[in-house]
Amino acid sequence: MKKIHYREWGIDSPRYWGLLAVLAAIVAVGGFATLYMEHEGHWVTGMTNQVVWGTPHVFAIFLIVAASGALNVASIGSVFGQKMYKPLARLSGLMAITLLVGGLIVLVLDLGQPTRLIVAMTTYNFKSIFAWNIYLYVGFLAIVAVYLFTMMERKANPYSHGVGVVAFVWRLALTTGTGSIFGFLVARQGYDAAIMAPMFIIMSFAYGLALYLLVLMFAFNTDERPLGDVLLRRLKNLLGVFVAAIFYFTLVYHLTNLYGTENHEFEAFILRDGGVYTWTFWLGWVLLGMLVPMGILFHPALGMQRGAIVIAALLVVIGGLSAIYVIVIGGQAFPLSMFPGYTVLESGYYDGVGGLARHYAPALPEVLLGLGGFALALLATFVAVRILQFLPASLADEVLDPHKAN
Amino acid sequence: MKGKFGLSLLMALCLGLCGGLGVVYAGEGVEGSAKADRLDACVAPTAFMRRNHFELIEHQRHITVHEGIRKTDNSLAGCIDCHVRRDAQGSPVPVNAPGEFCAACHEYAGASLDCFTCHATKPTGN
Amino acid sequence: MSQPTDQPSNTGRREFLAGATGVAAATVVAPGVFLQSVANAAPRDTAVSSDVRYGMLIDTSKCADGCNDCVTACDKENGLDMLVKPEGADDELWDMQRPRWIRTVKLRNNLTGHVSTLPMMCQHCEHPPCVDVCPTGASFRRADGIVMVDRHTCIGCRYCMMACPYNARSFIHEAVQFKLTATPRGKGCVESCNLCVQRRDNGGTTTACQDACKQGAIVFGDLKDPNSAVSQAMSKYPTVQIRADLKLNTGVRYTDV
Repeated sequence: MKKIHYREWGIDSPRYWGLLAVLAAIVAVGGFATLYMEHEGHWVTGMTNQVVWGTPHVFAIFLIVAASGALNVASIGSVFGQKMYKPLARLSGLMAITLLVGGLIVLVLDLGQPTRLIVAMTTYNFKSIFAWNIYLYVGFLAIVAVYLFTMMERKANPYSHGVGVVAFVWRLALTTGTGSIFGFLVARQGYDAAIMAPMFIIMSFAYGLALYLLVLMFAFNTDERPLGDVLLRRLKNLLGVFVAAIFYFTLVYHLTNLYGTENHEFEAFILRDGGVYTWTFWLGWVLLGMLVPMGILFHPALGMQRGAIVIAALLVVIGGLSAIYVIVIGGQAFPLSMFPGYTVLESGYYDGVGGLARHYAPALPEVLLGLGGFALALLATFVAVRILQFLPASLADEVLDPHKAN
Repeated sequence: MKGKFGLSLLMALCLGLCGGLGVVYAGEGVEGSAKADRLDACVAPTAFMRRNHFELIEHQRHITVHEGIRKTDNSLAGCIDCHVRRDAQGSPVPVNAPGEFCAACHEYAGASLDCFTCHATKPTGN
Repeated sequence: MSQPTDQPSNTGRREFLAGATGVAAATVVAPGVFLQSVANAAPRDTAVSSDVRYGMLIDTSKCADGCNDCVTACDKENGLDMLVKPEGADDELWDMQRPRWIRTVKLRNNLTGHVSTLPMMCQHCEHPPCVDVCPTGASFRRADGIVMVDRHTCIGCRYCMMACPYNARSFIHEAVQFKLTATPRGKGCVESCNLCVQRRDNGGTTTACQDACKQGAIVFGDLKDPNSAVSQAMSKYPTVQIRADLKLNTGVRYTDV
């Protein structure tokens, strides 16, 4: 491999500031939506005492999961010694930080008492996976920051591998922790499964890589930097493999559920009778999020077209949001099985009368908060690549791997 | 709902300016109408209380919530019961109303009060 | 021998303390050893102890279909009836967002067709999932078995509501204007039935829902005292826990579901 030179993102000022302005506007709208929700209280959202986590959580969890996945590209380079991925590592580390910050901000701003964040940072219940996650998230930010430093400061380069290994192990713990938020909920039919943790890890691989690919291709395309076919083919194949792995986990998750009679009603709800959740599952999670992208990415001709790769990556993102929506909201909409063997005829508090799902409809401010978090992550990414040397000047095939080119 | 959203955005913007939003104020408290006005001192000397009342309340709050100890000498309910003033009609005036016991000092000191997001601002009898 | 626990230090404080000096019914058998009659004491100034475990027995066969008295009484006792629907809120949505500590549920046995009615509330588990998951420890179990929320450290994350198998918890979705001294309540915190904890700490022996039930379907008391009404009733009738499979050892038990 030739020596890699890194350069600040050099697109012309009008386009750059225009992009920032658009993203900042989305962030601002999300901020106003948050102020509105915090001032009025959660009654202005679609969240209720039955469906207690709503759209903000879908976005937050997606971003947090994608953050740990975005770091994968760097890990492949430094932990698994794939030379071709090394020039990609800086952006990978950067996006791991920005996506995590975006997701955490959405999560925090949806709290009933966001001003008590200091309480959350100082008072712990170590039996709670949530409390552990606070450490895992903060630790992740710190470790990845050090990792970036070891990559960008020549004198610190020798430590890059070691720190990279720590970061990789830490990100596995982090996503396990995020998945376990659901896996530990014994009360709810849809969540109480150990497979949740590994499924979240494999989801993070795919969602993080999809977002990474989109940002990389956008940044290189707008700045007219060369991005070689060999590298792109590797990345898109990797994305395809990750999506296939989600497909496998989804299949196993539902098949094991179908095996146990106690889960039949939940499975019928998600797979057949759940209305919007069934549609989101089949159309969003399965078709758009897995089958179509796999079809594109593994197609011999389509898979090499850049436009098609972009579409596939976008679909993986949409599929990811759908999957998290089905898990988070669908899992709550399905009534608690409080009285197995009984039918609830009447209830003073929505206990799934006649087995009906609990109601949830996202309100506009919730969606705006979630999008604001997304925009904030991108905004921070684009500011950082502009002022610091995150992007390689060229990722042309002959730069990365002179022997294999052509 | 859309119109209300816009309106509330404005309201949210001036959130910091109007801390006591939503509180219905009765008449003004009558000078000398609080129980405390007829006592020599609080549960500790005044100079101590001015600086340290929150530590006392905070300690009491923890033992009340977690251990069920409800002695009223350091409790917020005790503070309110003793320091609340009455208006000309004899009904209690919220302690966080402008110029009343809690608000007067906290406004002057620029300290924000979070107690009354949840706690009653006048005795309710139970 | 009974003794007042507070010695007013000056006359000025006497009036202030008058309401506070509950006379503790503490019996000294030997120096340093106190025997407390838990049910009758006025324990305003003693820490709750794990010598008691509060719980309830609900006789479902006595619970009358269409009766809502326990719910109304709970609302009144705990200030839930003082809540005002926010201006512009959708009626249906607000009904799902307003807090409820107790509710009635009507069930039909799928096999036998038998219909029963029962009140549902926080089951005051010995191993409460809400306490396990709470990141700050705001959701906690008192020594006497009452599961409750410390609002001062609750950050409003609602993870406890995700974890509760009984849908027993409510999040306060709006700013609260009217509240009782004994039951603080504010926007952005989670709350649930606390077995009328203010009555417990002031030496009361009943809960509001129990007092309100004309059928006598609710028996409240100390599960650790073999002579308490609730223990006596439990030893006589077969009782069940809701979701016994989760092995939470609930403090609220039912008969004749």
